[in-house]
Amino acid sequence: MVMAIRSLFIFVVILSITVPTLSLYEDQVGLMDWHQKYIGKVKHAVFQTQKTGRKRVVVSTEENVIASLDLRHGEIFWRHVLGPNDAIDGIAIAMTKYVITLSSGGSILRAWNLPDGQMVWESFLQGTRDSNSFLFVPTSSKVDKDNTILVFGKGSLHAVSSIHGEIVWKMDFPAESFEVQEVIQHHDIDTIQVVGFVGSSQFDVYQINAKNGELLKHDSAAFEGGFSGEVSLVSSAKLVVLDAARSTLLTISFQNGEISFQKTYISDLVEDFSGMAVILPSKLNGLFAVKTNTASAFISVSSEGKLEVVDKITHATVISNPLPVSEGQQTFALVQHGDNDIHLNVKQGHDWNSDLLKEKIKLDQQRGFVHKVFINNYVRTDRSHGFRALIVMEDHSLLLLQQGEVVWRREDGLASIIGVTTSELPVERVGVSVAKVEQNLFEWLKGHMLKVKGTLMLASAEEVAAIQGMRLKSSEKSKMTRDHNGFRKLLIVLTKSGKLFALHTGDGRIVWSLLLNSLRQTETCQNPTGINLYQWQVPHHHAMDENPSVLVVGKCRPSSDALGILSFVDTYTGKELNSFGLDHSVVQVIPLPFTDATEQRLHLLIDASGQAHLYPRSAEAVAVFQREFSNIYWYSVETNNGVIKGHGLKSNCDGEVANNYCFGTREIWSIVFPSESEKIITTVTRKSNEVVHTQAKVIADQDVMYKYISKNLLFVATVSPKASGDIGSATPEESQLVVYVVDTVTGRILHRMIHHGSQGPVHAVFSENWIVYHYFNLRAHRYEMTVIEIYDQSRADNKDVLKLVLGKHNLTSPVSSYSRPEVTTKSQSYYFTHSVKAITVTLTAKGITSKHLLIGTIGDQVLAMDKRFFDPRRSVNPTQSEKEEGILPLTDSLPIIPQSYVTHSLKVEGLRGIVTAPAKLESATLVFTYGVDLFFTRLAPSRTYDSLTEDFSYALLLITIVALVVAIFVTWVLSEKKDLRDKWR
Amino acid sequence: MDKGKAVMGSGRRWAVDFTDNSTIPSSRDIPDPPGFSRASQDQDDSAVSKQKKDAEANWKAQKAWEVAQAPFKNLLMMGFMMWMAGNTVHLFSIGITFSALWQPIGALQGVGKVFEPYKDSKVDLLVPKLVFIALNLGGLALGIWKLNSLGLLPTHASDWVSSLPPAKEVEYSVGGIPLL
Repeated sequence: MVMAIRSLFIFVVILSITVPTLSLYEDQVGLMDWHQKYIGKVKHAVFQTQKTGRKRVVVSTEENVIASLDLRHGEIFWRHVLGPNDAIDGIAIAMTKYVITLSSGGSILRAWNLPDGQMVWESFLQGTRDSNSFLFVPTSSKVDKDNTILVFGKGSLHAVSSIHGEIVWKMDFPAESFEVQEVIQHHDIDTIQVVGFVGSSQFDVYQINAKNGELLKHDSAAFEGGFSGEVSLVSSAKLVVLDAARSTLLTISFQNGEISFQKTYISDLVEDFSGMAVILPSKLNGLFAVKTNTASAFISVSSEGKLEVVDKITHATVISNPLPVSEGQQTFALVQHGDNDIHLNVKQGHDWNSDLLKEKIKLDQQRGFVHKVFINNYVRTDRSHGFRALIVMEDHSLLLLQQGEVVWRREDGLASIIGVTTSELPVERVGVSVAKVEQNLFEWLKGHMLKVKGTLMLASAEEVAAIQGMRLKSSEKSKMTRDHNGFRKLLIVLTKSGKLFALHTGDGRIVWSLLLNSLRQTETCQNPTGINLYQWQVPHHHAMDENPSVLVVGKCRPSSDALGILSFVDTYTGKELNSFGLDHSVVQVIPLPFTDATEQRLHLLIDASGQAHLYPRSAEAVAVFQREFSNIYWYSVETNNGVIKGHGLKSNCDGEVANNYCFGTREIWSIVFPSESEKIITTVTRKSNEVVHTQAKVIADQDVMYKYISKNLLFVATVSPKASGDIGSATPEESQLVVYVVDTVTGRILHRMIHHGSQGPVHAVFSENWIVYHYFNLRAHRYEMTVIEIYDQSRADNKDVLKLVLGKHNLTSPVSSYSRPEVTTKSQSYYFTHSVKAITVTLTAKGITSKHLLIGTIGDQVLAMDKRFFDPRRSVNPTQSEKEEGILPLTDSLPIIPQSYVTHSLKVEGLRGIVTAPAKLESATLVFTYGVDLFFTRLAPSRTYDSLTEDFSYALLLITIVALVVAIFVTWVLSEKKDLRDKWR
Repeated sequence: MDKGKAVMGSGRRWAVDFTDNSTIPSSRDIPDPPGFSRASQDQDDSAVSKQKKDAEANWKAQKAWEVAQAPFKNLLMMGFMMWMAGNTVHLFSIGITFSALWQPIGALQGVGKVFEPYKDSKVDLLVPKLVFIALNLGGLALGIWKLNSLGLLPTHASDWVSSLPPAKEVEYSVGGIPLL
């Protein structure tokens, strides 16, 4: 009977969702979703404060964003996200109304309208070779004159009209591999000087007619010591550069066609100098800064070329570009790092000891060192100069300082997320004050009365607004405690800067943030990077008194043999519990499905030499691990060699470090792909936290198919090496895509399929017993998506009802991959309109709810598609019973229903990944999308069949019940009376 | 009918019986008047009542048969309704099916009550009862058949398998492209 009710229930559910859309009404936007806009770490900034209009700063960032920010609040006026391969090399403002950007290695020049950010023109600059790029906008006294912009890129110098973007002239330099370092403008004689290096030892000066690009003069000189790196232009005819050994300063004078070098040893200037020095980028007149191992030295250059140290600062220091305040006067900002605050000094260019401004600013939280500073001035009411500084911190945040305070801050580190995990919130504790409850009760009733009014269409316009406001600002959703449905969680994200953020799923606010000290640069660890974060401890038994924690894995250098770093962070408090550097490298992190007594998850870290290291390092963990030792395997995918190798574990390490927590590995199997015809481009496996409800798939006529559900499956896609480039680089004849499904325990290939004339990039998702992947079909000139479903043929005979009733079957007994289960696959392909950035699938707590695929489209939106569209049993004319089962008629292309965009009208710029997490409520799943922007929402793929909708009016229900009870009593009394009367008659 | 009974039976609180039906002369204080023969009157009375009782028994037997056959009509009616409802699961077909199941069950529970008015020492109620039960069982079977044809009975392998969790795996294997 239970079964009958269940199947009836599921049937009703299926019937109720015949139209699989996730659309929402206009007034539901923002109820359970939030969207945050970021820009990334700022590379360049130019201020635009001259006009009386809105004060703004235009910035370009490492996420290839160009944005105009409000100087008062830090909000984004407009923003453009260029493609991932379109890195911005420089920005400038031309004619006070255009923002000029140079990108893609100096080959694309664009002008944007400053007030609204519309593109005015775009020029593609052709060149013959790759070179550095340089953008120079000559200053002009006349505002509306058509200035030409000088751009060096791809080995040639271009002069581009700033009005139309036409190339006025182009000049190729005679010397190969000439790299422009500086461009010097001479107003009086309409010429420009271009200085640069050829190779590493020749210095060249070109004098060019600014009008027509005619080469007037060319001087060249060689220096046998070689040059390296940054150039500091200290006057119009002098620059300072380091030699190749980075221990000697070279002052190069190039007045009147004579080039002279002057050598100065840094050790003469700075006593305790050793190692290498770096010139801090600046363009100050007669002053430059050198950073050595101990301190930053500021060195002035006299007109004769004499170097003199004016100051030495031992703290981390950053200097800004010069800011011309009045005729012939320059100021610059100097930011030093104190203990818990930063010191901002604004100095005049020619006089080191004159401090125009000296401020000490306290920071509210740990943000690391200052990486960049940009200054801007304004005229105070008493006609003196005031300064504001835009600083970029180590954690990629952006702060505006003015009058000794932080005016606004932007957490732009969130634009570069590299890892996401979720954490539960604390359990709600008893002891809520009575007054609060009463007030809440009153509010609750009031709110519901308003809602009743709303449903009965009696509410006035402002009441409707109040209802909407109440829904949006519901205090329920942003509480800091666990809720019954599991909608409230913490999203723990790791950013590229090594900062951890905890975001509340209710409203997206930052609950805590932590710049991980272990992922910061130190003597031993020069260039640390975070790899990913994992759930370390999730307390269930001691949920009341123990906090969950996450494990952050990093490494010292971006190479495979760099030493690893581990850090453990409490997710409630945001405090680092422990961190240590490892004595081995990390190439794989394997979270094991076992925990120790304190519910810490066991992790295996594989190093570059193939040894496995167990964490946590405790005897108990080893004991737990030893029990399952023989059943743990791991595999490595070597994309360069085209090999997939499976490994087992050995009881002890070979090599020098022999401790109890180190285990050797042995190779069990390997799959070698022929390198001349196949190259691995994608591998996908099932998510380890995915829950599958049932192993059977009930098909039409009550028949059963048994899914082949295994976590040890790997989907591999290979393309022919010729076709591994961009789409269009190979002909259909020479490109093919081969997909494999591999059992990673035994190395057995369960399925292999060839798509002729197709090529990558392949995006795939693996869930339960199916894989959906996306690729390009060169013959059809269209994108395609294919689904593979894997079924277990060896279980197919389990169809005897009596045996099943009595439990005489082996369907739930543990299975081994070595039993070589017989599988069959079904597969079908469909055309798909969009190209895709990411694919994932919804996850729910018990895996009962039907699945939706979440597709991150090229338009930076997320499209939800019902899995029923990807069903290999679809046919053109489904039978009646198949229709009842929910099989859709086959179409050659997948329909894109505009209402099923999860992101509705919003864009998640620069979309990189979609993360889904189950809520406690079976019907709901949480979706977090990240890129430059962040977007979070909650989905119900089969609608909320297990709960009432949010706008359900409990008050109306209550009133109805009360009215019914009253009616029952009244009629009862009346009928009693009538009975009595009848009896007396 | 129930109401009438209640008024006649339990409605009375007390009663005095003025007639004395005692037939034993010795127990009587007052002798019978002369010429009155109690025996002959008794005989007469009994003949008439016997006749009456026979008629009643006949009538009761007839009625009992009628009652016993009543579910047959119901059965036909139900069959027709089920045919009309079709084999898809919706409110109407489920309502009909459940009423088709409920009615025979209710009737079977109250077999004794249904035949109570026709209870008589002379009437053999066993056969009508059996017929009644058989017909109702037939109705029940029809309901169950309908339930099955709607797919609501766990008679298929799928009903038993769909709640089985996936089998556990002995081995555990993870890995991937090395982190860089």
